[in-house]
Amino acid sequence: MSLIKVTELSCGYEREPVISGLTFKVDRGDYLCIVGENGSGKTTLMKTLLGLIPPLSGTIETGDGLTRTGIGYLPQRTAVQQDFPASCAEIVRSGFQGRKKPFSFLTKEEKQQADAVMDRLGIRNLAGKCFRELSGGQMQRVLLARALCATETLLLLDEPVAGLDPDAAKEMYAAVSTLHKEGIAVIMITHDIDAALQYATHILHVGETVFFDTKACYATHPGKPEPAEKKEVLS
Amino acid sequence: MIEKLAAYLSYPFVRYALIVGVLISLCSAMLGVVLVLKRFSFIGDGLSHVAFGAIAVAAVLGLSNRMLVVLPVTVVSAVLLLRTGQNAKIKGDAAIAMLSVGALAFGYLLMHLFSTSANISGDVCSTLFGSTSILTLTKREVWLCVILSLAVIAVFILFYGRIFAVTFDEDFARATGIRTKRYQLLIAVTIAVIVVLAMNLVGSLLISALVIFPALSAMRLFKSFRSVTVCAAVLSVVCATLGILISILAGTPVGSTVVAVDAAAFGLCCLIRVSRG
Ligand SMILES: Nc1ncnc2c1ncn2[C@@H]1O[C@H](COP(=O)(O)OP(=O)(O)O)[C@@H](O)[C@H]1O
Ligand SMILES: [Mg+2]
Repeated sequence: MSLIKVTELSCGYEREPVISGLTFKVDRGDYLCIVGENGSGKTTLMKTLLGLIPPLSGTIETGDGLTRTGIGYLPQRTAVQQDFPASCAEIVRSGFQGRKKPFSFLTKEEKQQADAVMDRLGIRNLAGKCFRELSGGQMQRVLLARALCATETLLLLDEPVAGLDPDAAKEMYAAVSTLHKEGIAVIMITHDIDAALQYATHILHVGETVFFDTKACYATHPGKPEPAEKKEVLS
Repeated sequence: MIEKLAAYLSYPFVRYALIVGVLISLCSAMLGVVLVLKRFSFIGDGLSHVAFGAIAVAAVLGLSNRMLVVLPVTVVSAVLLLRTGQNAKIKGDAAIAMLSVGALAFGYLLMHLFSTSANISGDVCSTLFGSTSILTLTKREVWLCVILSLAVIAVFILFYGRIFAVTFDEDFARATGIRTKRYQLLIAVTIAVIVVLAMNLVGSLLISALVIFPALSAMRLFKSFRSVTVCAAVLSVVCATLGILISILAGTPVGSTVVAVDAAAFGLCCLIRVSRG
C-alpha cells in the first residue's frame, strides 16, 4: 500500500477543473517533484491532496500508516501572514496542534521535540526571535520545522525556494534532501527543473502534458520542457 | 483626591462598575488580538450596530431583560457575518456596512416611533455612547457579566494553542486536521458575547475601540503572540480602570473617557516604539 494513491483525479475551483485525469502514487522513500508552468494548477493539486479543497472527481487514498492529518505542509510563501507578531518557537510548536486533543496544553516532551526539530534544521538560535524580522530563507526553515512537528512520514512543500537567493535556495534543498534521506517522503512543487532532476526520485509534470514517472524516464519523455521553455518558466 | 475616591468606592454601584469594567476590558483585549490579526476587526463594529438595533427592539417590546433578545440576535449575526466575510463572491465589507447602518437606522426609527420614554434622545445617546449605564448596573447584570466574562476567558485559555494555530495559518491548521470552522464559530460567538457585554461599559459606537486599541498598542511593543496577548490584556484593564476612575472624579461620560485613555496609551506605545528606533 502506498502512502498516497491518486486515481483519475480532477481538481479545481467551483466545478471548473484545472487539472484532470491525474493518476500517481507516492510510496515511502519517494521524493516527488511537481513541475509545470505558473497557473498550471500545482498549488491547486497540493491543496486537494491536503483536503483543503474537495476533489471534483476521482479518489485520493492514504495508506501505509498515513492518515490525512499526518501530513506536514509548507504553504506557498504568499499564503502566510508576514507581519504576524509571533516568535519562531510559537510557530514551530503550533505544528503539534493537529495531533493534540483540543484542551491539552503542550507537554514537556513536545517542547523538547520542537527544540530537536529546530536543531535539526539549524534554527535553534532563532527560537525566541520574531518571525516577521527573519530573512526569507529563515522564514522558510521555521515553516519547514513546523511541518516536521506535524509529521514523521510525508512532507508537502509548495515552492519552498521561491523568492530565496541562490545560497538560501541551495541550503533549503539540502535540508529537504537530508530529511528525505532520513526516511521522510517528500512531495515538492518547484520551478527549478535542474533541482528536480538532481534530488527527486519521481517527477510529475502538470499542464498541457501530464506526465508521471521516475526521474530516469522523465529525461526521455516528450513532455519534458525544452531548455528555452525552461528559461521562460524560471524568469 | 484620594479621600474623594475612597468615598466613591464605598458605593456599591462604583464597585460594580469597576468589576464589570475590568472583566470586559480583559475579554475584549484578548479577543481583540485575534480579531485584528485575522483582519476581523470590522466585525466587532458591525456587530455593535446590530446589538443597538436589537436593544431598540427589546425596548419597544418592553422586555425587562433585554439580554434575552440582544445576545441571541448578536450571536446569530456574528456567525452570518463571518460566513459572508469569507465568501469571496459577496463583498464581505459591503455586506457588513449595509447590515450595520441598517440596524442603526432601524433601531433609532423604532425607538422614535414606539418609545414610551419622555427622553428619547437621552436614551439613544446612552445606548450609543454608554454615557451613564455602567453606573446604574443592577446586581443581576453584574453577575451575568461576571459569568459570561469568565466563560470567555476560560475558552480563550483552554483553546489557546488552537486559537494561535488557526489565527496564524488557517490552511496549515486545516491540513493538519484541526476543524477550523469550529474555531471560527467559537471566535464569532465569543465576539458577540463581548460586544453585548461591552455595550454596558462603553455603548455600542465605542466597542470597536475597546477591541482594537489594546491589541494595536501591544503589537507596537511586543513580538510574540503570547506577550502581545498578555500586554493587550494588562493595558486594557489598566486603561479601563483609569478611565472609570477619571470619569467618576471628573464627572465625564464613562465610555468616552475609557476610550480616550486607550487612545492615549496607543499614542504612548507608538512613541516608545519610535524612540526605540
Ligand atoms: N481561490 C481560487 N479560486 C478560483 N480559481 C483559482 C483560485 N486559486 C487559483 N485559481 C486558479 O487556478 C489555476 C491554477 O492556480 P494554481 O494552482 O495556483 O497554479 P500554480 O500553483 O501551478 O501556479 C489558475 O488559473 C488560477 O487562476
Ligand atoms: Mg502555486
